[in-house]
Amino acid sequence: MRTLAIALALGLSMSWASPALAKGAPPPGPDGQPLGEWVLPEPSGGDPFTMRRWSPYIAGVGIGVLCCLAFLLSDKTIGCSTAFARSAGMIERLFRGTRVDEQPYYQQFKPVVDWEWMLVLGLLLGAAASSWLSGEFALHWVPPLWAARAGADPAARWAVALFGGICLGFGARWAGGCTSGHGISGTLQLAVSSWIAVAGFFVGGIVAAVLLFAVILG
Amino acid sequence: MLATLHSRKGAQLLLGLGMGFGFGFLLQKAGVTTYDVIVRQLLFKDFTVLKVMLSAMVTGMVGVHLLRGLGLAKLHPKPGSAGSTVPGALVFGIGFGTLGYCPGTVVGAVGQGALDALFGGVVGALIGAALFAALYPRLRACVLGKGDFGDLTFPQLFRVPAWRVIVPVVLAVVGLLYWIEVSGL
Repeated sequence: MRTLAIALALGLSMSWASPALAKGAPPPGPDGQPLGEWVLPEPSGGDPFTMRRWSPYIAGVGIGVLCCLAFLLSDKTIGCSTAFARSAGMIERLFRGTRVDEQPYYQQFKPVVDWEWMLVLGLLLGAAASSWLSGEFALHWVPPLWAARAGADPAARWAVALFGGICLGFGARWAGGCTSGHGISGTLQLAVSSWIAVAGFFVGGIVAAVLLFAVILG
Repeated sequence: MLATLHSRKGAQLLLGLGMGFGFGFLLQKAGVTTYDVIVRQLLFKDFTVLKVMLSAMVTGMVGVHLLRGLGLAKLHPKPGSAGSTVPGALVFGIGFGTLGYCPGTVVGAVGQGALDALFGGVVGALIGAALFAALYPRLRACVLGKGDFGDLTFPQLFRVPAWRVIVPVVLAVVGLLYWIEVSGL
């Protein structure tokens, strides 16, 4: 089943990369065996916009191309966490007025709408459009994996998510970037800081997820 | 011409919005705006996150360095220090593992209807960023600058041309992804 799924994913990615390949012989699998009969997807299921999932490689290469466009057209790097700092400043300004602008951190990251803030707004709209087109959009409180292990009570999930969110926002600003800014844009520039950061993200993430799922909920 | 485009504020905001739309669309289609996919990656049961990140990284690495070679792009490596990059990344990781989203994918998850991402993740990340801003003067005084190494890149560190690092990295990543596929992960 898994082999079939991989074969399908590889097949789909190759059929998009080069439609001409689809007419030829099926490409050999990793062990030299053909991947099975080449079946072109049904017209409806084959519409990329209504498909639920694309090959992670197609999506990854697409994101890599977007990173290049950001450098070329905007002289910027794709990242998401400064938008959270700027938004936090904007919200604080509602309560505390212009004193917020005197804070050293907000002088460095001014609470204004900038390129990256618009990027994050676009991200929201893009994910909404994608999930709406595929029929995947659904309001839900508890993800399936959480529900299976910890129950369907939204309060428990909310409390853990809030704790995680606070660590995420605090840690991202402490490290100077997130999984996009360091994890993709930074590593592709071969920045030493980003390779160290991404190692830390995954070490912390793996330890937290294993503790939560194997120890606490296990 | 590019410098003119870079300085046009309205056009840049629109470009940011458009690139963000593409980014969110691709993240959602890859499945990485979904809690289960991210947490299963951290538990080594699903390698979608790694596949997306590594293929984006190698594509961008080759593309951006080609653009740079043509004089069409400038690098912007982030500065780092032992006192900011290491503890910050570990705190981020704890959040990443418990929330099950990162700052980009949490927004994408909201876009596909995840309320835990909105009321837990986004609200929490805003509180976390505000807390950091409030503590910033004190953290800067005691820890942020410790072991500062600036915006160093690996080619600078090894004193070699960038491609001498890029080619081995790309080959290693392609090899790793091939191995992941062969192993059926």
